[in-house]
Amino acid sequence: MSYTINVNGTSHTVDVDGDTPLLWVLRDTLDMKGSKFGCGMGLCGACTVHINGQATRSCITPVSAIGASKVTTIEGIGATPVGRKVQEAWLKVDVVQCGYCQAGQIMSATALLTTKAKPTDQDIDDAMSGNLCRCATYTRIRAAIKQAAGLPTHDSREV
Amino acid sequence: MSSVQNSESTAHSPASPSELSRRTFLSVSAAAGGGMLLSVSVPRFARANVPHGETVEAGILNAYISIAQDGIITIQSKCPEIGQGIKTSLPMVVADELDADWKDVRTEQAPLDARLYGAQFAGGSFSTPMNWDPLRRAGAAGRALLVAAAAQQWGVSASECTTSAGKVLHKGSGKSLGYGKLAAAAAKLPPPDLKTVQLKDPKDFTIIGRTKPGVDSPRIVKGIPMFGIDASVPGMRYAVFMKCPVFGGTVESANVDEIKAIKGVRNVFIVNPTLPTGLPDGMQMGLLPGVAIIADSWWIANKASEQLKVQWNEGAMAQQSTESYAKAAAELLQQPAQFVLHSDGDAKGAMATAAKTVEASYYYPFVYHAALEPMNSTASFKDGKLEIWSPTQNPGAGRTLIAKTLGIAEEDVTVHVTRSGGGFGRRLGSDFMVEAAYLSKLQGEPVKVLHNRTQDMQHEYFRPAGWHNFKAGLDANGELVAFTDHFVSFGTVSDVPPTPMGAPPAKPIPGKKFPRFGDSADLGASEFPAKYVRNLEYSTSLIESGVPTGPMRAPGANALAFAFQSFLDEVAHAAGKDPLDYAIALYSEERVPPPPAGAGRPGGGFMMGAPFDGKRAIGVLKEVAEKSGWSKRSQLPKGTGMGIAMYWSHLGYFAEVAQVTVAPADGSVKVDKVWAVGDVGSPIINPGAAENQVQGGIIDGLSQALGLQVTLENGRIVQTNFHEYPLLRMNNAPPVEVHFLQTNNPPTGLGEPSLPPALPALCNAIFAATGKRVRKLPIDIAQLKT
Repeated sequence: MSYTINVNGTSHTVDVDGDTPLLWVLRDTLDMKGSKFGCGMGLCGACTVHINGQATRSCITPVSAIGASKVTTIEGIGATPVGRKVQEAWLKVDVVQCGYCQAGQIMSATALLTTKAKPTDQDIDDAMSGNLCRCATYTRIRAAIKQAAGLPTHDSREV
Repeated sequence: MSSVQNSESTAHSPASPSELSRRTFLSVSAAAGGGMLLSVSVPRFARANVPHGETVEAGILNAYISIAQDGIITIQSKCPEIGQGIKTSLPMVVADELDADWKDVRTEQAPLDARLYGAQFAGGSFSTPMNWDPLRRAGAAGRALLVAAAAQQWGVSASECTTSAGKVLHKGSGKSLGYGKLAAAAAKLPPPDLKTVQLKDPKDFTIIGRTKPGVDSPRIVKGIPMFGIDASVPGMRYAVFMKCPVFGGTVESANVDEIKAIKGVRNVFIVNPTLPTGLPDGMQMGLLPGVAIIADSWWIANKASEQLKVQWNEGAMAQQSTESYAKAAAELLQQPAQFVLHSDGDAKGAMATAAKTVEASYYYPFVYHAALEPMNSTASFKDGKLEIWSPTQNPGAGRTLIAKTLGIAEEDVTVHVTRSGGGFGRRLGSDFMVEAAYLSKLQGEPVKVLHNRTQDMQHEYFRPAGWHNFKAGLDANGELVAFTDHFVSFGTVSDVPPTPMGAPPAKPIPGKKFPRFGDSADLGASEFPAKYVRNLEYSTSLIESGVPTGPMRAPGANALAFAFQSFLDEVAHAAGKDPLDYAIALYSEERVPPPPAGAGRPGGGFMMGAPFDGKRAIGVLKEVAEKSGWSKRSQLPKGTGMGIAMYWSHLGYFAEVAQVTVAPADGSVKVDKVWAVGDVGSPIINPGAAENQVQGGIIDGLSQALGLQVTLENGRIVQTNFHEYPLLRMNNAPPVEVHFLQTNNPPTGLGEPSLPPALPALCNAIFAATGKRVRKLPIDIAQLKT
């Protein structure tokens, strides 16, 4: 079946089954490989995209559910001021180890900072705990979010 | 050894070949096991693309260094990048000795070519210790060529020339030339002798020891494809390969026609390999029996796999379970051990006359690697040759296994090493490479194999479970005078004598019996506290199992550290001593001669380098006590406690203090903070990345202790996805403060050694907080309620 979806401001018409998850439409139909496959059950967050600005797990979002919503992916997030700031903070803090989860982390962090410009450590925990980092770069993800928010980067949970 | 490859194109960045004429290259090869071999050879080497620099390539100085006319320097990174930061840190070593300006440096994943690069793998935290000296020399050789070229051009002596940040300078005349202007001439000069090339005084390093952000990070934060899963080959199909849920099972039949009828499914293959290509129980499992579904998209293939009905021949393994192993272990622990692994003095006699004895049993479970990028490879078999793009830690072994499985020559297998979304030892195996290669050949088209999470979790080689019955004897002063461990592990009884890791297998001795441990299920004779206790005995009994086992981040050490270093904490408490003081006293004197070199795996580590050094252990212990405020721990509130543990693995010494708070109502554990001090020699090549690596390793260890295990029922792994495998997340990840004690030892690796002590430090802290001793992993918080 044919679906027309808006991804990063561009319309794409794809011919796939309606239950095909958005993740696989992005990766294998549209050749946008930035969103990653990790679990297929919305448990790890590697596939996180924005749908109308909301952080959403694309691996459990069927393409038929997108409709006229605007999809933003890691390939397009740098076009938003918050997204660009988050990407810059990620580089400044040197967050990455293997890097596989980081697209999803950046998408979740951008959604957080878009709704909450100055998040607390609790806000960060709440927004980011759906994103696994197997390398456990959590310390630096936390610092990078604060850096992007213009907050002091130390961990207020320190004893 | 392998032949020279003609292409280094990658799946996602198509290459434009620019053949270069025959040149002279130096080859730096490192023999596995640690011996450094430096040789000068003259292989042909053709570069496929010139991705960096605005102008055409000016000169290739050696296998690592090429310099464009605009001064952009491209440095090849020989080892696979799996998140350990090696694609940044090894080029930093080359660049510093080359005396480059880091801003001019670009790094590339080197092609798989043993003649140019020696051993190319990511494992055992080997990359740094194996390559530190050879890569310094490779960089220095490049610098010498540039200096010689400048000296020749200026008609001066090379000894009058100096270098700085990508330029050769001549003080007398005030002349200077950038490397880009000299590279073409330098590339035509004979390469210097690597053994005598002038190295920098470490105080003159300008890149090493200064934090450099990950070289691939600018692309990663934009989602630019670079992982194995991102590889794309024109015309490729997608495959899901369903293996028998019971290890060792084979396929009887399947509803092939029904699956083939699904729209988008191209083919269904029943795979029952007639010849085992790998090892039955090690990490090189090779191709296993299963059913492959080839489709137009991975989603279609994966969805079709849900309709797949297979009649399996499950085999004998179907009788095995976590429970059956526990029962077998309990029975074995009642009996005398089957084998004595190591013995000093008279452990039994000393135990009988000890003033006090302490006994405890420890258990740790099977653990899954859980790399976030599921296993995958993309292969293209054409005209008898195989090309593969793979996120592998072990490309050379993968090539060998593919050649064996397909019955083609190794020269006809080209492996492109992509970035890996985590490795943790899982990608030292090559099953996912062989599957893609085999299916591409069967299908006659390029094929991408991708495991779904359940397959990834249920079909791998696991960190083996283990049981330890410890007994310690203390004298009247509380000193440890006797120590025994009856270790129940997985393996078989064999007539082949064990040999040190890396050594060729010995000949069988008919009638004799030796323990043959499963992969990564062993205990080395030199596991400390061996050589620090006068009377000591390590013994073992083995359970036969069909569960594949193999190396996981800090293999051996990740389990042994928990058991041994928790028990030593118990012993210190039984002696009425501060565990820190007790450990310092223990490691301050070697009381018996050390076990022979190569006996087992020292410290759960590898054969390479110096043996366990008590002084370095004491050094990190004292430093971490200082940093954590260990001496003031009695001031912590009720329910909060600090634990300390030291472990040596992969040549690195780490002492860690964990502070935890345990909720009395439900026993839930909150890790407040961890302090870590590491001694991995000096310098620390990339300090920022080193800190990141240590923090990650420690949280990985906490994660294992707090929640991770896979269990077996009817020969099958029970867990299916992350909801049943609770890796630590942001909300539970504590702050980790990292310090390095930079001792006068050559630098060693950091991928592994920070992990092992995190587990006993945590469990010892729980004891301090609650008075309850954790002797079984993962931690059961219900037992911690007070």
